[in-house]
Amino acid sequence: MKILVCISNVPDTTTKITFTDNNTQFNTNGVQFILNPYDEIALSRAIELTEGGKGSVTVINVGEVNTEATIRKALAIGADDAVRINAKPHDAWFVAYQIAQYVKQNAFDLILTGRESIDYNGSKVAGMLGELLDIPSVSIIKKLDVDGDKSTVEREIEGGKEVLTIPFPFVAGTAEGVAEPKIPNMRGIMSARTKPLNVVEAAEVKNNSEILSYETPAPRGQVKLVAATEAEKLIGLLHTEAKVI
Amino acid sequence: MSVLIYTENAEGKFKKSTFEAVSYARAIADQSNTNLVAISIGDVASDQLSSLGKYGADKVLNVSNAQLKNFVNQAYASVIASAAKKEEADIVVLSNSFSGRGLAPRIGVKLEAGVADGAVALPEIAGDKFTVKKTAFSGKAFATVQLTSANKVIALVPNSYKVVEKPAAGTVEAFSAETKESDFKAMVKEIIRSTDKVSLPDAEIVVSGGRGLKGPENWGMIEELADLLGAATACSKPVSDAGWRPHSEHVGQTGIAVSPNLYIAIGISGAIQHLAGISSSKVIVAINKDPEAPIFKVADYGIVGDAFEVVPQLIAAVKEHKASA
Repeated sequence: MKILVCISNVPDTTTKITFTDNNTQFNTNGVQFILNPYDEIALSRAIELTEGGKGSVTVINVGEVNTEATIRKALAIGADDAVRINAKPHDAWFVAYQIAQYVKQNAFDLILTGRESIDYNGSKVAGMLGELLDIPSVSIIKKLDVDGDKSTVEREIEGGKEVLTIPFPFVAGTAEGVAEPKIPNMRGIMSARTKPLNVVEAAEVKNNSEILSYETPAPRGQVKLVAATEAEKLIGLLHTEAKVI
Repeated sequence: MSVLIYTENAEGKFKKSTFEAVSYARAIADQSNTNLVAISIGDVASDQLSSLGKYGADKVLNVSNAQLKNFVNQAYASVIASAAKKEEADIVVLSNSFSGRGLAPRIGVKLEAGVADGAVALPEIAGDKFTVKKTAFSGKAFATVQLTSANKVIALVPNSYKVVEKPAAGTVEAFSAETKESDFKAMVKEIIRSTDKVSLPDAEIVVSGGRGLKGPENWGMIEELADLLGAATACSKPVSDAGWRPHSEHVGQTGIAVSPNLYIAIGISGAIQHLAGISSSKVIVAINKDPEAPIFKVADYGIVGDAFEVVPQLIAAVKEHKASA
């Protein structure tokens, strides 16, 4: 089985988000970039499914040369080879289009993405890829098992879950529960340096969205404290003042 | 031109988030002086369908056939896109629900439309310039995104737009949709829903527990408080990582982002990743032993104290409040 895992290079989860140029650019100064945590889950499951000669895992990233540290991390975790499409990832449509072009030339049985990237949170690449390739897509899965030429997945729904069977090939966006993130071992780190990382030039495509500006949530007022011995006062305040209960 | 709203149902009934999305779509239709057409797919009773008129749907397209009873991402996207074409809708609105997030990108590709996911406010339309405010950096920020395509898809975050009654005709029509065989490759085998619980992404009140609760055996009081308030239960990342609670309850940057009216954080210190996931909450209450805990910096109300002493008092106070209401 050949699995393609789409990965993004995102700010570390501890990053305090700030902006520059009159709030039009994300301030990357001093920001540590990491492999998107949801993509790490996708990659870990892909490795589990192909271990012991049962297949191969390719990671693909749309990014400029500065994403290669993250790509090497994915190789260290256990991907067999990597592809970098050399372009700034303008938006989800641009990224999905580039990956679809690559997949049309190089067939895969299963394409995994994280459920969303933790920077723009679109959760769009999986669905767009599915549509561009005319294959099923399933967003936000919690479990993925393989059974011959098809897969059983559990999809998250409000207040529960849905169990589906899907024949290969298809695209899925993975969330927590699909696999425990793998940590690279020394052998992985050593071999990552020599694993193939192919750089492909991007295809031309028309954009359909632009981010114009950013803002951070409005600061909240001072906390109103209630004494621990007077907890009933809190319920009163929530009812009469905040009017939320 | 018109606006098309996909009205998602759960087991044949529309949820509050669906009516929010209808109200939101109505407001967009009014902004652009055009009609609002709703599309419902699945087995939905006629009184449910006609209720959509109350929130401003001029027309309701009803797609009801056995093959489309359960949600099939690919097929539903085909149906909605074909309705958009037939109705000449240039804006498609849906809820940013789990299913909505699967549909929006597929519909976007089919209609060559830019997609604004995670929308939290009405678009601003100035001539040809169409911008929408959406969540970014997992709740740590918002981005204003311009959709530059002729067609547009917008997915609205639940609980970010109020339900507004604005009666319109709401005429229900049967709609037979174009699908193809290859749309039905994915098959739903089973749907498991815990009907006695409030679903976390839709919840108006959330009661959330952290490591301060010391172990899964202590969740009884969290559940009791949640039940009394009609709230969903949630937890912080260390709690779901330790297996005390399921991952589906994990609120934070790598879990679920919530936007309830009231978020009660009990024994949660407030790591930056957790605060990201709750930043859209309207009112935040923190209960924590440590007065220096970062959660108090974002909380509107707080109690510095031991959860094991404070929560039983809260439970008693809520019971009393309900008895006197």
